[in-house]
Amino acid sequence: MKYQSQKVAYAYFMVAMGLFAIQVLGGLLAGWIYVWPNTLSELLPFNIVRMLHTNALIVWLLLGFFGAAYYLVPEESERELFSVKLAYIQLAILVVGTLGAVGSYLVGIHGGREFLEQPLWVKFGILVAAVIFLVNISLTVLAGRKTAITNILLMGLWLLSLLWVFAFINPDNLSLDKMYWWFVVHLWVEATWELVMAAILGYLMLKLTGVDREVVEKWLYVIVALALFSGILGTGHHFFWIGTPGYWQWIGSIFSTLEVIPFFAMMSFAFVMVWKGRKNHPNKAALLWSLGASTVAFFGAGVWGFLHTLHGVNYYTHGTQITAAHGHLAFYGAYVAMNLAMFTYAMPHLRNRDPYNQVLNMASFWLMTGGMAFMTFVLTFAGTIQTHMQRIVGDYYMDVQDQLGLFYLMRLGSGAVVVLGALLFIYATVVVRREVIKPGPAAVPGE
Amino acid sequence: MSEILTKSRARNVFYGGSLFFVVVFVAMTAHSHRYIVKTSTAGMELTDAVRLGKHVWERHSCINCHTLHGEGAYFAPEVGNVMTRWGVLDDAEGAYEMLNGWMEAQPSGVEGRRQMPHFEITEEEMRGLAEFLRWADQTDTQNWPPNDAG
Ligand code: HEM
Ligand code: HEM
Ligand SMILES: [Fe+2]
Repeated sequence: MKYQSQKVAYAYFMVAMGLFAIQVLGGLLAGWIYVWPNTLSELLPFNIVRMLHTNALIVWLLLGFFGAAYYLVPEESERELFSVKLAYIQLAILVVGTLGAVGSYLVGIHGGREFLEQPLWVKFGILVAAVIFLVNISLTVLAGRKTAITNILLMGLWLLSLLWVFAFINPDNLSLDKMYWWFVVHLWVEATWELVMAAILGYLMLKLTGVDREVVEKWLYVIVALALFSGILGTGHHFFWIGTPGYWQWIGSIFSTLEVIPFFAMMSFAFVMVWKGRKNHPNKAALLWSLGASTVAFFGAGVWGFLHTLHGVNYYTHGTQITAAHGHLAFYGAYVAMNLAMFTYAMPHLRNRDPYNQVLNMASFWLMTGGMAFMTFVLTFAGTIQTHMQRIVGDYYMDVQDQLGLFYLMRLGSGAVVVLGALLFIYATVVVRREVIKPGPAAVPGE
Repeated sequence: MSEILTKSRARNVFYGGSLFFVVVFVAMTAHSHRYIVKTSTAGMELTDAVRLGKHVWERHSCINCHTLHGEGAYFAPEVGNVMTRWGVLDDAEGAYEMLNGWMEAQPSGVEGRRQMPHFEITEEEMRGLAEFLRWADQTDTQNWPPNDAG
């Protein structure tokens, strides 16, 4: 750690990991209810559990992004953060907002738009926190060295915060409501968050492989250009059946298919950089997470996204377990794993200790990734059967669900493995103080 | 490739191209906004009852179990076409009766079956909810879903 103010990232990462634990435990409970549906049905119905699961996910990923920005911007800009105090105030607002949201969900106070259920005051809190963050980071960047990494990171964070405005816009007309809702949801994960992901990946590659900055930065601009050129009009793949005009069927199919390319480019970028790099960085776990994230993102977002993105296919699969399969692997690969890559890289520096607990950390990578992959497979099978029986044969929804019990049981099992992996990751990052096995011959110390 | 595609060129293509796609996207959504208001949802008036129904739908977060026009959670049946399934799409009174009867009967308490909670909903709200679901059902969704099963 070169700059004192980078330390604020530590608090962000710790809170993020706490929420990560809540998220996966919430998911496990939701998966449990699928198998034993009478569980807690009066006290804590499925809709509340699901809300906790998805909201915890989104908030911790954002906290991870904020923390990553606070960690890498000082190094990139070659100066201390504009204000450490503001960064802590921002975190305090977000923590209060999160606790407030969880509390009010538990007593049944919530909105009714998926993922945006936060009470209005919490939404405002998030807005204020985002503004504080943008001011803090922008002033730091403007005063220091400008790089493509900070440029792209900032652009992603500014745009995603601007899009948050649509969280406040809820037209009475349901179709309009849906159309603008996707401005937040799709234009986050398939446009602005991709910029953040690319910037973080670029930074990690720079540090871990020692490849020339010029090369990394040129790649980055190409990747983010591909992401926005395809992802903006790619929003059309959600405008097939919600009351929007028919022309979206072709626009959405074509441009969202092109969205596969930036994910492929990110994966290729990571592997090519590692291939070309001369540096033998000792933090192998961070490298594993970086390569793993970009690979799983390609499969989850790219392959599983393409699976149901053509309108002729989506007509039948829309809103089935196929969607759930894709949502899980895409979020996991692109955003969960990329955040964990950053935590894995930065935590040893933030805690000022050299051993990285790599063995446990890498074991957690395989547990989580294996668990999520298996969950994706079983949900894809369940979704295929559901699509056939319900959408083609025309059997009633509940009758079809009764046939899928075995898949839901296997999903619960894979979820338990994911929870185990997540807890192991947190344990390895936060608790363990010694490497569990002896390192091999001395490696070249990295940054 | 390195001579033709310099870093600053890549950056300029990124900025220029993105701006272009933002402009196209905004123009298309502006058109879609008009189309929704004037055409696809114009089959039934957006009355105060429909508005009230939408708020009731949101207050109870039905979307985190059900899908509506295929979006939401996958734990419970599609409701964008439930009024068609029940055969009361054009019958406001019948829609209210059916919906009220259904909601009153929840939770079923059947062992091993997914449970829908019981909600405290006044008569006026229940009528609104029925109107909201009828309103949603008459939207032109390009013939989705493929059949009444939703
Ligand atoms: C990391 C990037 C991505 C993430 C995190 C992500 C996540 C999600 C999630 C959570 C949903 C469900 C939304 C809902 O609740 O209704 C969804 C839907 C969808 N995604 Fe993605 N996605 C990503 C990238 C992609 C890509 C690149 C494609 C296309 C190639 C794609 C195609 C789709 C389609 C077609 C749907 C609609 C499914 C339906 O009709 O039910 N996604 N995505
Ligand atoms: C312990 C492991 C997990 C289990 C058992 C689990 C289970 C579930 C369940 C049952 C749902 C509700 C599906 C429905 O609507 O019927 C859900 C939704 C969701 N979960 Fe998970 N989950 C787990 C981990 C994760 C992880 C790690 C992520 C992020 C990478 C994630 C992201 C999501 C998202 C985005 C949705 C909404 C999907 C959509 O609308 O299509 N979950 N999860
Ligand atoms: Fe999308």
